[in-house]
Amino acid sequence: MADLIKLTAAEIAAKIAAGEVTAVEVTEAHLARIEAVDEKVHAFLHVDREGALAQARAIDDKRARGEKLGPLAGVPLALKDIFTTQDMPTTVGSKILEGWMAPYDATLTKKLKDADVVILGKTNMDEFAMGSSTENSAYGPTGNPWDLTKIPGGSGGGSSAALASFQAPLAIGTDTGGSIRQPAAVTGTVGVKPTYGGVSRYGMVAFSSSLDQGGPCARTVLDAALLHEAIAGHDPLDSTSIDAPVPAVVEAARNGSVDGMRVGVVKQFRGEGYQAGVLQRFDESVALLTELGAEIVELDCPSFDLALAAYYLIAPSECSSNLARFDAMRYGLRVGDDGTKSAEEVTALTREAGFGPEVKRRIMLGTYALSSGYYDAYYGSAQKVRTLITRDFERAFEQVDVIISPTTPTTAFPIGERTDDPMAMYLADVCTIPANLAGNAAMSLPCGLAPEDGLPVGLQIIAPALADDRLYKVGAAVESALTEKWGHPLIEEAPAL
Amino acid sequence: MTVTDLVPYEDALATYDPVMGLEVHVELGTHTKMFCGCATTLGAEPNSQTCPTCLGLPGSLPVVNATGVESAIKIGLALNCTIAEWCRFARKNYFYPDMPKNFQTSQYDEPIAFDGYLDVQLEDGEVFRVQIERAHMEEDTGKSTHIGGATGRIHGAQHSLLDYNRAGIPLIEIVTKPIEGAGERAPEVAKAYVAELRELIKALGVSEARMEMGQMRCDVNLSLRPLGTEKFGTRSETKNVNSLRSVERAARYEIQRHAAVLSSGGTIIQETRHFHEDDGSTTSGRVKEEAEDYRYFPEPDLVPVAPAREWVEELRATLPELPRVRRNRLREEWGVSALDMQSILNAGAVDLIVATTDAGADAASARKWWMGELARRANEDGVELGALPITAEQVARVAALVAEGSLNDKLARQAIEGVLAGEGDPDAVVEKRGLKVVSDEGALGTAVDEAIAANAAIADKIRGGKVAAAGALVGAVMKATRGQADAARVRELILEKLGVEG
Amino acid sequence: MPGITREEVAHLARLARLELKDEELDHFAGQLDDIIGAVARVSEVAGQDVPPTSHPLPLTNVMRPDEVRPSLTPEQALSGAPAQEQQRFKVPQILGEE
Ligand SMILES: [Mg+2]
Ligand SMILES: [Zn+2]
Repeated sequence: MADLIKLTAAEIAAKIAAGEVTAVEVTEAHLARIEAVDEKVHAFLHVDREGALAQARAIDDKRARGEKLGPLAGVPLALKDIFTTQDMPTTVGSKILEGWMAPYDATLTKKLKDADVVILGKTNMDEFAMGSSTENSAYGPTGNPWDLTKIPGGSGGGSSAALASFQAPLAIGTDTGGSIRQPAAVTGTVGVKPTYGGVSRYGMVAFSSSLDQGGPCARTVLDAALLHEAIAGHDPLDSTSIDAPVPAVVEAARNGSVDGMRVGVVKQFRGEGYQAGVLQRFDESVALLTELGAEIVELDCPSFDLALAAYYLIAPSECSSNLARFDAMRYGLRVGDDGTKSAEEVTALTREAGFGPEVKRRIMLGTYALSSGYYDAYYGSAQKVRTLITRDFERAFEQVDVIISPTTPTTAFPIGERTDDPMAMYLADVCTIPANLAGNAAMSLPCGLAPEDGLPVGLQIIAPALADDRLYKVGAAVESALTEKWGHPLIEEAPAL
Repeated sequence: MTVTDLVPYEDALATYDPVMGLEVHVELGTHTKMFCGCATTLGAEPNSQTCPTCLGLPGSLPVVNATGVESAIKIGLALNCTIAEWCRFARKNYFYPDMPKNFQTSQYDEPIAFDGYLDVQLEDGEVFRVQIERAHMEEDTGKSTHIGGATGRIHGAQHSLLDYNRAGIPLIEIVTKPIEGAGERAPEVAKAYVAELRELIKALGVSEARMEMGQMRCDVNLSLRPLGTEKFGTRSETKNVNSLRSVERAARYEIQRHAAVLSSGGTIIQETRHFHEDDGSTTSGRVKEEAEDYRYFPEPDLVPVAPAREWVEELRATLPELPRVRRNRLREEWGVSALDMQSILNAGAVDLIVATTDAGADAASARKWWMGELARRANEDGVELGALPITAEQVARVAALVAEGSLNDKLARQAIEGVLAGEGDPDAVVEKRGLKVVSDEGALGTAVDEAIAANAAIADKIRGGKVAAAGALVGAVMKATRGQADAARVRELILEKLGVEG
Repeated sequence: MPGITREEVAHLARLARLELKDEELDHFAGQLDDIIGAVARVSEVAGQDVPPTSHPLPLTNVMRPDEVRPSLTPEQALSGAPAQEQQRFKVPQILGEE
């Protein structure tokens, strides 16, 4: 049964539906894999062995009764620990929520359960999704399965590592500035940030409300599409949710093609700080797209140069407000309540003890940016930059169907290398942030290994808002051409653990 | 509590000109909260009307209550405001345990309604126009109970208990522009404004606006400037002044206190103050170490509100007649003085009288019964007039029985008494208690004859032209008929029989 | 504009309810100064006549009907409470307005 963990989600679902394997067998195989390797990888914060098996048994019973199974029925999934779950703790990678049991399921959690997806457990992440390396988790870092001394990306490093180490064929991430795509890039997996509003945020612990977006993570483009379809759609509980049909992503993933497409290459997405091997693989991808019939268009998006700065004002500002609720009054950690201290003191002591340094740094940065006297210069200007970036995208999408870029300027860096240099850490998201600011859909998929370090390089595809299907159409074409070229999926080159 | 020296009110006004600003929070009477579907039923057990959203649980999100927006627009229209074509919610960030998210979802620089006015009528009929700055939507906080201190006060409390049933209930905050030119009548204007606003809110049907239930709460901002100067003085903000009388008293007290501070060469510090119902004084709130910085920014979890003009016009068309206009119309229709109208208003009798006339009674008798017998009973029983167990229809029926001569006033009072005692409708009470006026001319004639015979001396006086003495004979007849005669007819018969012109 | 002082960091920490230790104040002062120095670039556009974007999608008027939905039970509501009493959240003494 060892092979089961190497299957794609689509293959697993087909085998279960055909009765070739049971959901319980699939779940057990993945639980065994977790047992075997997660001590080294540390992708999971919580594994719900009993719950997963019970769910799998229910799916097998359903099949036995002759009921129709959904396209992902019985497929195991690793859920980022930022979505609330009634039957598992939700910690958001923070001490302040250690052991917290939410009294409600996130809309995404419900949708996964409704789709008969088997939730194996909750994955590690940078605390409150703030980070690009998963080193900011209060529960210790996650290793990159390609090289355990390297970061698996962040904030969704647990999810990407779970995929790359075959602990789950599907995972859920959230992407505020690149937290799905950057981990996908550095682990040789596929990650998609849907159009803002495409996937409900209800029950997803907020970091930066106007940027946060949940999305699918997988090892193949088709698997990502199947998961995308399962979790997307309008939710009346999320006011910012799009009330329109979900783009036909699965169909697009099954019909990959770039023939006749106009593909944009933005000149701002290269230059200083980009690793040579990353640019090499990216340039090869551009050439490949031309070969496959795409027309390449050079684009100038000058305001993208301000994206990182705008992001590091907007996200901290919103987070300073979103995280104010962690005050030791209603849930979570409470420190210093010795009967003599005031509520105010207990709140301050709890937040001091419960938040890690990156969270504190961003809360203070956001508090500063929103303060009277600074608002216009910082938050106000950042919102203007956001408009300019959106306009640059609009102009670009008049000329092209999709934009491509490296997902990250470098491959996975060593754990510990950037922890004391926030600005260096923030640069990891320089290519992914513009799509968050404008609300566009974007994908990262593997496009090779960097020659200098043998680590995966990600190719980013950006589509206009509501045109998520284009990501899959292009992604599937690139994926199949590359797989053919390599003779196998890139992930098979990942070292055994 | 330190005793504050006050300047006599007249002296304060001789030197200073008061400027006021009034901020009123109205709790809407929606079925659900502003941003979640939790019920708003009063008196529910603690924390039974809460959900992830109004508890501020991680991951929860708000969704706007459409009726909350509609109510805000109605209030804005009734206050002659411009309704924003496009506006947003904003987060007002500050920590307080009764506020689950540690920010209040409110509106900041883009209120849904702005630049309006409300005309208020003072007791002598003078109309004063209060300019409205804005009316915006926001949410209420939870309720804390303080344990361990003296009588539930926050100071000295060991700990507090929080119930979030109220957290998230829709509030509309209505803010006036600085009210200038009221002079010595400032406290009266303040009271009249809040009273008028309350009537308006009730007439719109968006809230019961019961101040004693905290459904309407008022902050009184007040400053003084030397007479004849323009520049505003430093203001004090007296929070949570929660009755009409208190609004007037708080304004009056602050005028006297400010004047005392200023005329002794002191300066007013901008601070919040607490009003004390018992003695009408205000005391300083907690001195904050640093100025509040609410770090307002547009609420990213909610999308902008852009009320379609057609919707706004539809709502405008549904607005009821403004209470002041209606009061003036009724006053004219009823032909009562401004003072009488004021007491009708104070008694809460306007709508009851209207309902009674709607049921067929003439205005004078409707007013007579409600403001007379029934007001007395309500007062005796210590209940609101409207809470008496009698309907406007029943009062109208009593009035009709009087008009047709079946009852006289005395019998009518007994009929009302019967209805209040639960004996049924007026007709049933009349039947059971046998309250018919004796109108049988024969029986009445006999009674008159007997009275004349028994009071020969009085009869003589009447014959001699002392018509006024007829009252005594009327009384005798009424006594003989146990009050069930029509006194006017009795008088006619007496004069007729004695051959005297009435 | 940059040049954030230790005192400013202390003020921010108070606003944000973080009981920072002395060494953290120094550490954060330096880091915030660096970050703010880098992100201050956005003020290049401060004078430009560009409307701010607060929401990535141009949605408006998302509202729900005023219909009651089931609440949590009080037990569920209080399930995460660090302390409770009389079916209410028990919190330390609140210093504040009386
Ligand atoms: Mg307010
Ligand atoms: Zn609620």
